[in-house]
Amino acid sequence: MNDLRNPLQRALGLGSAKEGANHWWRQRITAVALFFLGLWFVALVLMLLHGDYASAHAALANPFNAVLMLVFGIALFWHMQLGLQVVIEDYVHSRWLGVVLQIAVRFYAVLAAVLAALAVLRIALGR
Amino acid sequence: MDHTRRPLSPHLGIYRWQVQMVSSILHRATGIALAVGTLLLLGGLLTLADGSAAFAAYRAFLATPLLQILLIGWTWAFAYHLCNGVRHLLQDAGLGFARPVFVRNGWIVVLLSLLLTILIWAWIVLAGGAP
Repeated sequence: MNDLRNPLQRALGLGSAKEGANHWWRQRITAVALFFLGLWFVALVLMLLHGDYASAHAALANPFNAVLMLVFGIALFWHMQLGLQVVIEDYVHSRWLGVVLQIAVRFYAVLAAVLAALAVLRIALGR
Repeated sequence: MDHTRRPLSPHLGIYRWQVQMVSSILHRATGIALAVGTLLLLGGLLTLADGSAAFAAYRAFLATPLLQILLIGWTWAFAYHLCNGVRHLLQDAGLGFARPVFVRNGWIVVLLSLLLTILIWAWIVLAGGAP
């Protein structure tokens, strides 16, 4: 099958990774989000550290904190997957082990993000 | 991967250790450590959703000496990844590549991360001791 497109048209913005700068951009956007969310998370933990269960539960049930925790979980596990992906690509030189690890990291990222989201929703919406 | 016997960059075996390379390696190392640390975040959220008994068990687990030491390590990993992440974002914007600036910023990040770690744990201790 002849592809009549100019080869440059097919390659432009895609490169050898086949997805262009998407990985790079997503890593940066989640990084900026995590800068603010990370500081918020540490502040929240420090506030609740010496309190009891009820106050921690009430703090996360607060809609403001619940929303930020939901977004924090998504950004965190997304950023984690993007970062570990590059580490595996760079340092794991066995093809099958690399693929297994990439799949494992993605499974954990999705599973963890959903688990965290469900926990926040249970806290925020009542059990 | 054994297509060649030529030495491959970055020649770590003969490389002089310097803040430029160490800060880059540490960014990845702390990232991996923080990925493991997400298990603690999950544990906290799940037990908080589960009930006071589960949450108490989680806190008792965190209060063990081993976990306290690990938590100090994770605090520093967080602080370092945060500060060096900002440095990386500034570098993505094309800033801070002159060699003296690059070296200086590397050391600033190291010192800031240590300062942040000390501040956080000072706050924890002063506000009522370890959890």
